[in-house]
Amino acid sequence: MSHCQICMTDMMPQIGWRALFLKEDPFSICRECASKFEEIKGETCRSCDRSLENVAPQFKVDDQCADCIRWETDAEWAGVLDRNYSLLTYNTFAKEVLARYKFRGDYAIAFAFVPFIKQRLQSIPFDALVPIPLSEERLYERGFNQSEALIIASGYKPTNLLTRIHSEKQSKKSRAERIHLPQVFQTEASLSNEKVLLIDDIYTTGSTLRHAAKLLKSAGAQSVCSLTLARG
Amino acid sequence: MRFACIDSKLIPEKLLTSPEQTSPISTFEQVPAQPLNPDYPYNKDLQQQLSGKQLLIEDLIFPLSELQAHYENGYLLYRKGIISTKNKPTCTRCGNHDPHYFAAFPCARCKEECTYCRKCLMMGRVSACTPLLSWTGPLIAHETNPPQLSWDGTLSTGQQLASERVVQAIKENKELLCWAVCGAGKTEVLFQGIDAALTAGKRVCLATPRTDVVLELTPRLKKVFPSIPVASLYGGSEDRHLNAPLTIATTHQLLRFYQAFDAVILDEVDAFPYSVDESLQYAVRQSRKPTSSMIYLTATPNEKWQADCRQGKRDYVTIPARFHRHPLPVPVFHWCGNWEKGLKKERLPANVLQWIKKRLLDGKQCLLFVPKIERMNDILPLVRKLHPKIEAVHAEDPNRKEKVQAMRKKDIPILLTTTILERGVTFPNIDVAVLGAEDRIFTESALVQIAGRVGRSAQAPSGEIIFFHYGKTNAMIRARKQITRMNEEARMKGLIDH
Repeated sequence: MSHCQICMTDMMPQIGWRALFLKEDPFSICRECASKFEEIKGETCRSCDRSLENVAPQFKVDDQCADCIRWETDAEWAGVLDRNYSLLTYNTFAKEVLARYKFRGDYAIAFAFVPFIKQRLQSIPFDALVPIPLSEERLYERGFNQSEALIIASGYKPTNLLTRIHSEKQSKKSRAERIHLPQVFQTEASLSNEKVLLIDDIYTTGSTLRHAAKLLKSAGAQSVCSLTLARG
Repeated sequence: MRFACIDSKLIPEKLLTSPEQTSPISTFEQVPAQPLNPDYPYNKDLQQQLSGKQLLIEDLIFPLSELQAHYENGYLLYRKGIISTKNKPTCTRCGNHDPHYFAAFPCARCKEECTYCRKCLMMGRVSACTPLLSWTGPLIAHETNPPQLSWDGTLSTGQQLASERVVQAIKENKELLCWAVCGAGKTEVLFQGIDAALTAGKRVCLATPRTDVVLELTPRLKKVFPSIPVASLYGGSEDRHLNAPLTIATTHQLLRFYQAFDAVILDEVDAFPYSVDESLQYAVRQSRKPTSSMIYLTATPNEKWQADCRQGKRDYVTIPARFHRHPLPVPVFHWCGNWEKGLKKERLPANVLQWIKKRLLDGKQCLLFVPKIERMNDILPLVRKLHPKIEAVHAEDPNRKEKVQAMRKKDIPILLTTTILERGVTFPNIDVAVLGAEDRIFTESALVQIAGRVGRSAQAPSGEIIFFHYGKTNAMIRARKQITRMNEEARMKGLIDH
């Protein structure tokens, strides 16, 4: 008997020919919890993967959202992040589960996301999975880096190319403040044409990921994309 | 985090001045306690916040060096957050030892694979390298200026007798079960006991599994004990660091306490989640001083406790009658056939329908208990044909409070409900029916509580309680028996006039 990693209820394993032959992942979350997540599907922004289905027409042009148009028409930021992929809508349930994961430090929740991550990684080309780092202070406070944990739980090796310079909390800042911040990361890596895939828990304004992407491009990355669990 | 052990003294890695061998607290055989240095000028604020508690370093705002100085002078103790015996972990804070509720992670604090407890995680993570802090210095002397109690009500004969027993148990540091029927007025029974404890300089905690009960009790107790600070603790309350002679708390909050109270009074011992959650029971035990009294209050002790009482294994006192001296309404059983099958064809049993129509006609409010939310949703449209204002409520209903309020204001003629309203709520003049009383969710306790909703007020001391069933269960029979026994006992003791 296994237990749902989120709500801890007992789960009867689903044994069938498919499970036996295809060696599928053992269920790590129950059906009820799985049904509360909303996978991002249908038409999404080609740059940030935001669902465009409920976006009013004045906030999009073709398959790009207004936020990304702003980024991509800014000379400093255009083309820095090749594109973002996100798995889940940041709904109330995702918010709750992510808060327990990173703020309460419930590491085991990482395994709840593994099936989503593994599946998506099959269709994204990459040479290195790079987690967005925490400051030393924040890392000590939380005990682990939530982005790195996602990579490890999914059975991949993280490539730690970045370190953080500043330590203030991102979520306390406005979009303008985040964008005009001087570089928050540093790297000692020199890359030779690698395809980098940044991993983070959530894409909100996209500024964190773009700062990281900019640095990695100037360090020699061929392309920098990102994969986040949720799209805020 | 990691500690070095130098001269039988733990020193946190961060405070080391020279490189030493360090390891997580869980790896030390025993955490050495330090002798108390009576000349050490200890921090009174820390004493306020930490005495009687078990807290994480991050629960406190004091710098690590100051905490360490208190440890070195014998005023503070580090305890292991997780204790492993034969590779089986136990959480020191919540007592969890179910292996499913532990996980491990590569910890940035101790740089090792670190096991943590998922059970009490929401109160801050306890892991193998986490020290739990408690106070070992002098306790706070709560100034007491008797008389404390400011209450001029009178107790019924039954209440008076129980009150005396409570006082005695508190004075003698004993355990007592106070088995008081629904509507007996059990809060008043506590006043003398709490007063006796406070007068003796004891620290008292009134705990209950439910937040709404804490919110309801706090103003009542503040009013009768106006001269002392009263701490009111529930998730998100502001009194977190208030070290008061009288604390009213959810059982959950007691997870942060350690050997704090001389008297713990536990209201609704049989209520969810306390009744099923071992860690809450553990929390209550941990919060008591080694020598202390414990008063359990309930209208419906479980079968085991009832047997213990009969066999003399448990000290108890009953209040078999309500304060208004009327007998408890006794449930009447009505067979209603396979009501679930009928519902599939959008039909309610004839006798149930009849019962509802009669109340609507007489304008008498009623509660209809249903075992499952899905069935309740099937019934609602059917009964709304009889009256459009009929409502239904369940635990996750966002409008729960509003609907209960509307029921109180008599805006709703009939309220369909799950067991969520089985206890705690009082509507003055209602009839109650249970549809599907045979369902196993309706335990003996649940049924006695439900029956206890009827005839609460002195103005309307009677009312009907019907169990509509598709086959009598033991729980139903035991519930009825419990009620009739209480009525007999009350009559014998002369506690009923009518």
